[in-house]
Amino acid sequence: METIVFYVFSAFMILSALMVITVHNPVRAAFFLVLTFFSSAAVWLLLEAEFLAIILIIVYVGAVMVLFLFVVMMLDVNLAELKKGFVKNLPLAVIVALAMFAMIFMVVGGEQFGVQNFAVPERHAADYSNVSALGQLLYTEYVYSFEIAAVILLVGIVAAISLTLRRRPNTRHQKVEDQVAVKGADRLRVVKVESQPRKHTIDNAEVKK
Amino acid sequence: MVDLILSIYEIPIINILVKIIAILVPLLLTVAYFTYFERKIIGYMQVRIGPNRVGPRGWLQPIADAMKLMFKEIIFPSGANKILFTIAPTLTIATALAAWAVIPFGAEMVLADLNVALLYILAMTSVGVYGVILAGWSSNSKYAIMSTLRTAAQVVSYEIAMGFALVGVVMAARSLNIGDIVAGQSGSIWGWYMWPLLPLFVIYFISGVAETNRAPFDVAEGESEIVAGFHVEYSGILFAIFFLAEYANMILISIMAALLFMGGWLSPFQGVEFLGLGSSFLAGSSIVWLLSKTAIFMFLFLWFRATFPRYRYDQIMRLGWKVFIPITIVWIYVIGIMYYAELAPWFIKG
Repeated sequence: METIVFYVFSAFMILSALMVITVHNPVRAAFFLVLTFFSSAAVWLLLEAEFLAIILIIVYVGAVMVLFLFVVMMLDVNLAELKKGFVKNLPLAVIVALAMFAMIFMVVGGEQFGVQNFAVPERHAADYSNVSALGQLLYTEYVYSFEIAAVILLVGIVAAISLTLRRRPNTRHQKVEDQVAVKGADRLRVVKVESQPRKHTIDNAEVKK
Repeated sequence: MVDLILSIYEIPIINILVKIIAILVPLLLTVAYFTYFERKIIGYMQVRIGPNRVGPRGWLQPIADAMKLMFKEIIFPSGANKILFTIAPTLTIATALAAWAVIPFGAEMVLADLNVALLYILAMTSVGVYGVILAGWSSNSKYAIMSTLRTAAQVVSYEIAMGFALVGVVMAARSLNIGDIVAGQSGSIWGWYMWPLLPLFVIYFISGVAETNRAPFDVAEGESEIVAGFHVEYSGILFAIFFLAEYANMILISIMAALLFMGGWLSPFQGVEFLGLGSSFLAGSSIVWLLSKTAIFMFLFLWFRATFPRYRYDQIMRLGWKVFIPITIVWIYVIGIMYYAELAPWFIKG
């Protein structure tokens, strides 16, 4: 049963990963990437890494890919323009692709990550919690690398904000703090008008008499 | 005969199927009558009567609506991507219903007792936004795509505030399992997490309203600006599915608020000395308490819709990023302090 599930999701993962790079429409490619993330999350679930699987879905599927799609949908990608230099650059592209493949293969290929290098992972008991196991490791053994990662992320945030937060004196924009601080009296003037009898109605009434 | 039925029930797949049906059928009925109550309650708030023609007091109105939508023609807009156009509502309803798998209705009444239930629900709601994105993109319509962009930005922003609010709950309960979180609130009404986590409670619910694209955050539909938003091109049963998913999500947010902050199935009379209420049948845990707490939040959704005007888009973004997220981060520190001070009755170390 588990083997069948594994092969189904692996096949989905590889197929959709292939579709990401072969499909013409960039929006569809992004959707296939979502499917790839989803299938890999399912494979992680089989490894009893439920925390990682669900975080993968929340972060990559739920946030990163949404923003990615956001950008891809807004861009008007001209496919003919993109394909113009295809034949001319093909030899160079093939060489670069092969070099990349060789490098990746040497690092994560069968030599290092083959099945023969690892024992079959043993089943955990029913009360095993992937969350607390990860937490224990992250905050004790790997606390420094964890903190370094956090600082790098912080630097990323600061950099991203400082890139967009440039002064543009000539643009018009709303000052939200002024809008929030506004009081009724600033916008609305209540004019006191003395009440007086309606002359015409009285006249009409007298006429009718 | 009874033995036969029991033995069939023992088969795992049948067992799970029965449980799924036992959750889904009441859920869908609740959705149907939630729409009826929405129209009635908003009607009364605006000094109208609301639906009262179909059946006694209009009780059959939701059934009539469902029948009408089911038999209407599905129109595909020209240039629309038919496959994605039909996948979009399917994805929306699938995630909206799948989230209910981990919701416990009592100490033992839960379909899937996950260790990461809270994260699973967050994941399902965040995947649900793809239904909206796909619908808007595949409709080949300007209004729909505009709504899609609005929704994507809004849901992603409010998810962060909601996630931080849930971090507070997890810190207090020291577990991601919803059953454990409810168990951590037992004792008395003062043991509920809504007291120490009051700001997070408020932020959680408001973010939930924004996440489900309900008024006053319903810029995704914004009928005065972009007609009906992402489902402007949808008709018949496909539109009905979007509708169903939206209401199922509202009920999900309500029941989560009841479970995480208001003690779920625990009785408010637990541990009350006055008149011996604490030892009477009222103090027992029961699904009735959970459902009535959920009903309070469901009513709030309708009340909001009848009361507040729609937010302006930049104000929505400001509220999410500049108000809610800083408050939640500050309150996470406050929880840390309360935790070290071992503030009774919530933060007693086990």
